[in-house]
Amino acid sequence: EVAESVFDFLHMEMVNYVQQSTPAGASHKDEVVYKLERIGFQTGQATIERCTKDVHRFKDQLDVIKFLCKEFWTLAYGKQIDNLRTNHRGVYVLQDNRFRVFANISNSKQFLENAAPYAAFACGMLRGALANLGIVSVVTADLGQTLPSCLFQVKML
Amino acid sequence: MSRQLRVPDVKRINSELFTLTYGSLVAQLIKDFEDDEEVNKQLEKMGYNIGIRLIEEFLARTNTGKCQDLKETAEVISKVGFKMFLGITPTVTGWDAEGREFSLMFDENPLTEFVELPESHKQLRYSNILCGVLRGALQMIHMKVETEFVRDTLRGDDATEMRIRLLEILQDQAPPGED
Repeated sequence: EVAESVFDFLHMEMVNYVQQSTPAGASHKDEVVYKLERIGFQTGQATIERCTKDVHRFKDQLDVIKFLCKEFWTLAYGKQIDNLRTNHRGVYVLQDNRFRVFANISNSKQFLENAAPYAAFACGMLRGALANLGIVSVVTADLGQTLPSCLFQVKML
Repeated sequence: MSRQLRVPDVKRINSELFTLTYGSLVAQLIKDFEDDEEVNKQLEKMGYNIGIRLIEEFLARTNTGKCQDLKETAEVISKVGFKMFLGITPTVTGWDAEGREFSLMFDENPLTEFVELPESHKQLRYSNILCGVLRGALQMIHMKVETEFVRDTLRGDDATEMRIRLLEILQDQAPPGED
């Protein structure tokens, strides 16, 4: 086991690296998120494989999502997702009221925009985990509220 | 003189996630740079950036006072620093005559679990981030060091060894005057 802070340090530096290695300017903003999402995707894919090896077969899509909210999220961020909503037509909204990555970011509106890249890795993790369980999806983060809460929207394709 | 070394309780997470995240990051760097030497350099730099922040956490949590000499520093790095952050205790060994150089031997390394280097990346120093972390952390407590993995089991060596060389003790400099 490693200290939680080690992961946080690594994550922080990862975002820093991606931001610095990408040309500045509005047109490259998506590139930063995209790259972090891809690193997350790969991590999610590998991680889900290890944490589902002794788990029963999932009943359905909702069962998979529930597993991600509980087991997978706890493994990654030390707590469960606080609230799960769905429209029963392939859209799920996962709400973490205290997303650990945001815990150290000022919660004023001023920094909301700067916080976006910090959620990209987690989005990628979810998408990667789902992909490995045979579900193709798009995952986006919604920081429309006050930090450190974060909404993750999972849309099945 | 040896002091009592106490490792503070910190919140811990499953090391697999950390290992796999690091793996994905290295994969991304390889994609970005396509050259092992450049990746090594970048990893070291990232480690340095982490080190200069990580030392704060270390000092805040451990209550470590000033070390008498490099020997003591080495002990603290291994038995408190590595233990607290990565849950491992590398062996301190290989001192030179003047006591300015030593090695850390890694029997285990959470970064390299599940890792095998393909033939095409034999120059990659996969754990190079650790070199940077040590350099950065020690820099903040006024020790300028040089760190390098001289052996690595990933590259087919018989052990994993990091060499740490003290270059100088940095002096506090008075800030330039107002006028």
